[in-house]
Amino acid sequence: MRFSVATFAAALLASIVGAAGQSSREKLVSLVREDCGSCHGLTLKGGLGSSLLPGALANKDAGTLTAIILDGVPGTPMPPWRGLISPEDARWIAENLKEGFPK
Amino acid sequence: MNRRGFLGAGLAASLLGGAAGRAEERTPPLRGTGSLGLIVERATGSVLVIETMQRISLGRIEGLGDLSHASIVFSPCERYAYVFGRDGGLTKLDLLEMRIEKRIVQGGNSIGGAISDDGRLVAVSNYEPGGIKVFDAGTLTEVASIPAIGANGLASKTVGLVDLPGRRFVYSLYDAGEIWIAEFGESGAPVVTKFLNVGLLPYDGNVTSDARHYLAGLFGEDGFVHLDLWSANPKVERVLQGYNAGRGKIPVYKMPHLEGWGQTANDLILPAAGQHEALVLDLETMREKKRIPVHGQPIFCVARPDGREVWLNFGHPQNDTVQIIDVPTLEVVHSFAPGPAVLHLEFTPRGHEVWISVRDADRVDVMDVRRRTKLAEIPAQKPSGIFLAARAHRLGS
Repeated sequence: MRFSVATFAAALLASIVGAAGQSSREKLVSLVREDCGSCHGLTLKGGLGSSLLPGALANKDAGTLTAIILDGVPGTPMPPWRGLISPEDARWIAENLKEGFPK
Repeated sequence: MNRRGFLGAGLAASLLGGAAGRAEERTPPLRGTGSLGLIVERATGSVLVIETMQRISLGRIEGLGDLSHASIVFSPCERYAYVFGRDGGLTKLDLLEMRIEKRIVQGGNSIGGAISDDGRLVAVSNYEPGGIKVFDAGTLTEVASIPAIGANGLASKTVGLVDLPGRRFVYSLYDAGEIWIAEFGESGAPVVTKFLNVGLLPYDGNVTSDARHYLAGLFGEDGFVHLDLWSANPKVERVLQGYNAGRGKIPVYKMPHLEGWGQTANDLILPAAGQHEALVLDLETMREKKRIPVHGQPIFCVARPDGREVWLNFGHPQNDTVQIIDVPTLEVVHSFAPGPAVLHLEFTPRGHEVWISVRDADRVDVMDVRRRTKLAEIPAQKPSGIFLAARAHRLGS
């Protein structure tokens, strides 16, 4: 009985965490498309900011992109997002930009 | 689809119907367009046609492409709207029939446009390839293409394109740091006047309603560049310089916009880039009059049409809020939070009501300006810019 309650609790916890992960991923996708999109375009093909499509990022690895997201690019309008975006989320964004960002 | 009354039915017919009987069903009722406008639904590539006296949406026009950062100008008769899309699309809409009159893709990546004072030329500002293209407003056939090659020989993105009296357009070259004025005679090639070394990274520009002062915001240095266009020999002059000096520049998560800016009787109220402040420029002396602390990074500082107040929205992550600056005292007198991601606001022509887009609530609010109360909510899909047809008669819109 105790075991099954624990199992149930663990399953419940997992589903909550899973759901939170899902919703925070949706928030990240929305952040990138809407807020990064205000300079880079909703489709990320570029605007005042450069293109973030996979072809345009081919010569930058995910680590470099993560650093750019977190610390910005001095001398350009690209701001540091550290404090608003966690290093883990920045890495996730960088990897997904290289793959082709989710809709 | 939002269907209302005769016009809505007409739109439905135009979208769904075949050729037979279509013209008959689509015939719009006899009416003016002075109370009409458009709301950009940027994610879906559509616009809503709105009616400001009844505070309703009459219908939706779809198929306008990528509308991120889209802007709109109107023909002098206020029947036609020209929508400038990010994908280089230039779409001419018929507000009465609520349909696309003509659509071309004129560039790869665009940022706004303008219509000449005589209503015959439409100019589009392009990022890629950088420069402006000018079209016949009736047919959308190309009249001129002016690549933006700066004195440094590099192609530049163009920003801050607005109309000037006398079939002229003024705009800034983002990468080259120049301001160009293109003048179109009745025939022949346009005459281009160039102002060099205006400053680093002009990100947007606008002109005062008397066509005298053109200002561009400089992202690469804290300040603005000013041209007095009433002068026989306009000179490049820096104003509001160094507003970030001696204090940290706060990261700018969204570029401020100068479109629809805060022009009052004597001053311009402008967004600082990198401070949570609105900057007041005295138009007589061209000197800084005041820095007004505000809620976040200002994006739009829009004057009520009578100039008595200036309403502001803000960049991420303070973008749920609107603040009101009282012009006589130059103080913030009211703050409220319409909802998540307030992207734009547009006053009715005489300023009794204001339409506010709340993107992440998929909603546009209509407010009574003096009572500051909400009068109506219009459902919209990720609404961004709101453009009323009365802009047809404003210089520099």
